[in-house]
Amino acid sequence: MSKQINVALIGNPNTGKTSVFNQLTGLNQKVGNYPGITVEKKEGICKLPRGVKAHILDLPGTYSLNTTSLDESVAVELLLNKNDKDHPDVAIVVSDVENLKRNLLLFTQIKDLKIPTILVINMADRMSRKGITIDIELLEKKLNSKIALVSTRKETGIEKLRELIADYKSLPKTQNVNISVIAPDYFEKLSTTFPKEDVYKLWLVITQDVNFMPLEKTLFKDATSFATKSKSELKRLQQKETILRYQFINGILKETYKVDVNAAKGFRATLDKVLTHKVFGYLIFFLILLTIFQAIYGWSEYPMDLIDGFFASATEWVKNTLPPGVFTNLIAEGILSGIGGIVIFIPQIAFLFLFIALLEETGYMSRVVFLMDRIMRPFGLSGKSVVPLISGTACAIPAVMATRTIENWKERLITILVTPFTTCSARLPVYLIIIALVIPEGSFLGLSYKALTLMSLYLMGFGAAILSAVILNKILKIKSKSFFVVEMPNYKLPLLKNVGYTVLEKTKSFVFGAGKIILAISIILWFLGSNGSSDEFKNAETIVTNRVEQEGFSTSSEIYFDTHQDGLDINNPNASDQQKELEERALAQEIAGYKLEHSYMGHMGKAIEPIVRPLGYDWKIGIAVITSFAAREVFVGTLATIYSVGNDEEETIKNRMAAEVNPRTQKPLFNLASGVSLLLFYAFAMQCMSTLAVVKRETNSWKWPAGQLVFMSLFAYIVALIAYQLLK
Amino acid sequence: METTVAHLKRGQRGIIKEFTENLLPIKLLELGCLPGNIVELVQVAPLNDPIYINVNGSHIAIRREMALHIALDIIEDNVVI
Repeated sequence: MSKQINVALIGNPNTGKTSVFNQLTGLNQKVGNYPGITVEKKEGICKLPRGVKAHILDLPGTYSLNTTSLDESVAVELLLNKNDKDHPDVAIVVSDVENLKRNLLLFTQIKDLKIPTILVINMADRMSRKGITIDIELLEKKLNSKIALVSTRKETGIEKLRELIADYKSLPKTQNVNISVIAPDYFEKLSTTFPKEDVYKLWLVITQDVNFMPLEKTLFKDATSFATKSKSELKRLQQKETILRYQFINGILKETYKVDVNAAKGFRATLDKVLTHKVFGYLIFFLILLTIFQAIYGWSEYPMDLIDGFFASATEWVKNTLPPGVFTNLIAEGILSGIGGIVIFIPQIAFLFLFIALLEETGYMSRVVFLMDRIMRPFGLSGKSVVPLISGTACAIPAVMATRTIENWKERLITILVTPFTTCSARLPVYLIIIALVIPEGSFLGLSYKALTLMSLYLMGFGAAILSAVILNKILKIKSKSFFVVEMPNYKLPLLKNVGYTVLEKTKSFVFGAGKIILAISIILWFLGSNGSSDEFKNAETIVTNRVEQEGFSTSSEIYFDTHQDGLDINNPNASDQQKELEERALAQEIAGYKLEHSYMGHMGKAIEPIVRPLGYDWKIGIAVITSFAAREVFVGTLATIYSVGNDEEETIKNRMAAEVNPRTQKPLFNLASGVSLLLFYAFAMQCMSTLAVVKRETNSWKWPAGQLVFMSLFAYIVALIAYQLLK
Repeated sequence: METTVAHLKRGQRGIIKEFTENLLPIKLLELGCLPGNIVELVQVAPLNDPIYINVNGSHIAIRREMALHIALDIIEDNVVI
C-alpha cells in the first residue's frame, strides 16, 4: 500500500473549514485529544482519485501563526516539526470569499514555511449576491499556488480539491514574502548563526507567546536564547511583519478581487440592530433560552423515558433468561444499569448541542457574547460563559462540554468549576419529594411556600456559582492573557449536515469519554450494595421470612398495602390473588431492604452516621447520600429500597418517609430542620459522578474534579449543618 | 486627550493613527486593525461595553479598555472617502 498523503486543514474561524473537512472525509473521521492537552484533535481519511488516500487533520482555527492560545500553538507546532508523524505534505488554507484579505495573511505565512499550500476559497455561492468577482487564474499566478473555488453548501469544487491534493507534488514551495526587510540586520545575524535553518522558521520560534513542546524546544534552544531583543521590540517587529504582509496582499487583491459595494449589505446591519438591541436583544435571547430549556427539560423526557423503560425491561429479561447467580446480577444490576445511566443522558446532550450548533452556525452566538460580556465580567467570567452556565440548569454534563468555545483557559476553567452549582434537573426529584414532606402549606403574596422554596433553591444555585466564580477569579493564579477580540461573523443559514456532525461528535465523546468512568463507578456501587460478609446478609431470605411469619409485616409494608388498597375490590373473585401478589411483593421488598442494610453499603452508611447525624440524618439517609453520589436522583430510589417499598411509587415512598421516626428524639425523622438541611446539602454537594468524569475529561487532570468534589461537599456539609442546628 | 476608537459614535468612522499601547493583542492586527485603515463603529452593547466595529472589512467586538489604545482621526461626515 502506498503511503497516505498527510494533509493539514488550516484556516480562520468561521470560514467553513469544518464543512470542508466534513465534505472531504464524510463519516470517516474521529475526534480525540492531543496527548497531554485538552485541544481537540480531529482527523479523517479522504479517498482521492487513482486509489490514493489522504489523512486529513483539521487543525484548530487560527488567524495567523502568531499563537496566543494552546489551540493555535498546536497548529504551529505541527507545521514546524518535520519529525511529527502528522507533519503535512500539503497544507490547505480555507478562506471564505468575503474575508479573503485577512485569510491570505495566514496563507502567506504558511507558504513562507515552504510547505506546498493549496488555497480553498469557500462559500463561492455567495459571490454573486455580494457582488464579488475574483480573477482566479491571476491570483494563482501571484500567490504561486493552486486555488479551489468551493461551495460546501452547494457541494461544488470538492472534486477539484481532491485532484489538487493528489497532485500536491507539482505545487511550488516558493515563499511569498521576504520578511527580512522589516529588520535586515537582525535577520542577517540570525541566518549567519543558524545557516541550516530558514529564517522565517526561526523567527516564528522566537516570537511565540506559547511555549513549544519539548522536542521543538531542544531543536531551537539556541535560537530562543537569540531573542536578545526585548519583548516590546519583538512585538513591534511582529506588527511590522503584519503590515508588510498586508501590503503584499493588498497589492495582489487590487488586481484580482473586485467588490461591487452597492450589493446588498443591509441584512446584516438590520439583524444586528435588532439582535443586539438593549431591550429586544435580551428578550430574544431569553426566548431562545426558554426554547433550549424546554427541549432539554421537556422534550428529552420522552426519549429518556423510552431509554429508561428499555433498560428496565432488558434488566428484567437478563434476570429471567440467564441462570441466576452473581454473574447474572453483575450484568443486570451492575453493567446494564451502568450503561443505562450513561445512555439516559444522550437526549439532553444531543438537544443542547443541536441548539448550540445552530446558534454558532447562524452567527448568533457571537451576538450573545457581545450582549452578555459586560454583565459577566465582574465575576471573572466573559460573555462566553453564559450559555454553559444556563444550560447547567438542565444538566451540568453537556454544559461543561459546551465550555470548549471559551478560548481563555482561566475563564473556561472557572466556568467548568462553578457550573455544577446551578440547579440541574437531577436535583428535582429530591427537591420535590422533600419539599412535599417538610415545607408547610400556606402562601406568601399568592405564592405557595413550596413554590417559593423551589425558587430559592434555584436562586441559591446561581448565587453559589457566581460567588465561587468571584473567589476562583481571585485565587487562581493562571497566566493566560485576558483579551477580548470576538469576531462577529456574517449571518448564515445553518448547514444541517454540520449541525448533525456536531451533535453526533459531542454525544460520542460523552459516551466513550465520560461513560467509561460512570460505568466503573456504577459497578463498584452495585458490588457494595449487593454483597455483604455478615451472616445477616447471607441469610436475609430466611431471617426476613421468619420474622414476617412471626411478627407480621413491617410498617413499611402496611403503608404499602394501604396505598394499594384502592385497587382491591372485595367483590372481585381475583381479590385474594391480588392480595397474595401484594404480599409476595412486600416480602421481596423487605428482603431487599434487609439485604441493603447488611451489605457493605449498609455498613458504610452506618459508618458515616456519626458524620451525618449533626445534619439530622440517620444511617439510612447516609446510605442514600452515598449511593446518590452516582447521580442525585438515585437518592429517592435508594430510600425506597431501604424502606422496603417498591421503586417508582412516589406516593408510597412519601407516606413511608413521613412515618419514619427518629429513634433518639421520637419525632418524625423528616421534619423542617432535617428536610431543609437535606435540600441545602443537595443544592450544593457535588453529588454526580458523571459531572466529575466530564470535568476530568475536559480539564485532562484529576486535580480539578477532586478539588471540586472536596470544596462543594464541604461547603454543602457546612451549610446543611448550620441550617439543621439553627432550625432544630 | 487623544481621540480613540472608544470615542466614536455609532455610525461614525475614523482612520487609525497609531496604538498607544504596545501590548495590544496581535490578533487585533491580524484582523486588519492596522494604522491607515478605516474603522467604523457599528454597535455598542447595552451596558456601553463592549463595542462592535468594522475595520478593513472585519467585524469584531472589543472591550472599551482596548479601544482606548487605538488612536484615530475621525472622518467628518461631510468628507467623502
